Amino acid sequence: MTLPQNQSPAEFEYYVNATSIEEACRALGDGVGTILAGGSDLWVQKDEGVKIFGPRLINISRVDELAEISIGNDHVRLGARVTMTDILNHGELGNIAPGLLEAANRFASPQIRNVATVGGNFANASPAADSVIPLICLDAEIELARLDGNAVAIRSIPSADFFTGPGKTVRTDDELITAISFKPRDGKSLARFFKSGPRPALEISIVSLGIAADILDGKLSNVRIALGAVAPIPFRARKTEALIEGQKIDDKLIHAALECLVSEISPIGDVRGSKWYRQHLARTYLQEALTDVA
Amino acid sequence: MSLKVEIAFKLNGRSVAREILTSTSSLQVLNRDFDLAGAKLACGEGECGACTIMVDGVSRNACLMAGVDLDGRDVETVEGLWEGNGLDPLQEAFVNSGAVQCGFCTPGMVMQAKYLLKPGKKLSRDEVIRGLEGNVCRCTGYHKIIDAVVAASGEAS
Repeated sequence: MTLPQNQSPAEFEYYVNATSIEEACRALGDGVGTILAGGSDLWVQKDEGVKIFGPRLINISRVDELAEISIGNDHVRLGARVTMTDILNHGELGNIAPGLLEAANRFASPQIRNVATVGGNFANASPAADSVIPLICLDAEIELARLDGNAVAIRSIPSADFFTGPGKTVRTDDELITAISFKPRDGKSLARFFKSGPRPALEISIVSLGIAADILDGKLSNVRIALGAVAPIPFRARKTEALIEGQKIDDKLIHAALECLVSEISPIGDVRGSKWYRQHLARTYLQEALTDVA
Repeated sequence: MSLKVEIAFKLNGRSVAREILTSTSSLQVLNRDFDLAGAKLACGEGECGACTIMVDGVSRNACLMAGVDLDGRDVETVEGLWEGNGLDPLQEAFVNSGAVQCGFCTPGMVMQAKYLLKPGKKLSRDEVIRGLEGNVCRCTGYHKIIDAVVAASGEAS
C-alpha cells in the first residue's frame, strides 16, 4: 500500500481503552478523539492519510453495554457496537427487519461482518453504506451521547437527517453513537434490500436500494424508499414515496414510479458505474420490488 | 511521535506481552514483534483475507485490527495449528487435496476455514464457497481449496 504524497499515517498521542459509555464520553469531551470500534474502515483510512484523525484513540470495543440487541413489543434497539454477524445470527431480527438482514448478508466479507458495527456504518457516513439503507426505511433513530457536566446526555436524530455529506454527519466531535433504534412494522409489510457489484463479496455498492411499506389490499402505505451511492449521502426518494403512497400497485403506477425515481436521483458516473447504469440499476430494483407486490 | 502502549494477550495458547506503537495494526505486531510470518500483508485493506487470524474464536483481518486491540484477547494464528505433533487435520486436507500452489493465500484460507468448521457438521460446497468469499487466491486454485475444506469438515473435533 502506498501513501499519497506528503501524507503520513495518523499518529496517536493518547490511548483510552473505555469500558463504559460514560468513560468513552469523558475521553471524547474535548473533541480530539478518534473512536475505534470494529476498525474495518478506520484502519484503512488511517493508513491512506486521507482524513484527519484526533490524536486521542478511544477504543470502545470493550464497552459491553454498546453490544446489546433488545427487542420489545414496539421497539428494537441495536447497540452501536452490534456487528453484521450479530444481526445475521440473532434469529428474531430477520423476521422483524428482513431488509436489514439482507443488507447484513451482502455486507463485505465474513471476516469484516465479524467486526463491522452498525454504529460504525453510520459514523463513517459512506454514501454507499449498506446497513444504513434498510434502517432509514424503518425510520430508525440514531442515539448520540455526550457528557453534560458529570452526566451522560442523550439526543436522538432521525436516520434520514443524520448525514450531511460524504463522511460527514450531525454528530459533534464530543458525541458517541450509542444505539440505532426503530419501531418494527406490524401486520403485512414489504421490506427489501438490493445491491449491486461485480463480485458477490467485498463490493462497494454501485447502487443499493431499500424499500419498506405496509401492504393492505394491494396498496402500499407508509412507503419509504432509500438509495445508496446515488447522491453524496444516503438518499430518501420522497417524491417516489409520495407517488406510490396509498395507491393500487398496477403496471401504470409502476411505470410512473420508475420514471419518477429516475428523475429524482442524479448519481455521478465514475469508475464503478456510469450515471446511466446507476439509474438503470435503481429502476430495475424498484421495478422488482413493486412487481413482486402487484 | 506516536504513543507506545503495553499490551498483554494470549497468542497461540501462550501469555505474551509487548510494548507497541498505537498506530500499528495487529498484523504488524504479529509479523514484526512476534516474528510470526503466517498472517500475510497483501492488500492491506481487508479485500483479500491473506492476514486472517482468529480472535476470541472469531475470524478477522489482522490488517484492519488495531494492534492495541489485541490486549486481553485470545489470538490464534496459523502457527498455532502446529502443536509439535504434525499438521492439523485441516492442513493435512489442504496437502492431500493439492490446495496449495504459491502458498501466499494459504494461511489466511486455512484460518478462515478453521472458523467455518464446526465439530460433526459436514459443510456443503456452497457453504464453503460462501464462507471463503473474503479470501482471494491469485493462483485461482479455488476448486482444490474448496475440496480440502469440504473434506476436512464433519470431523468430531
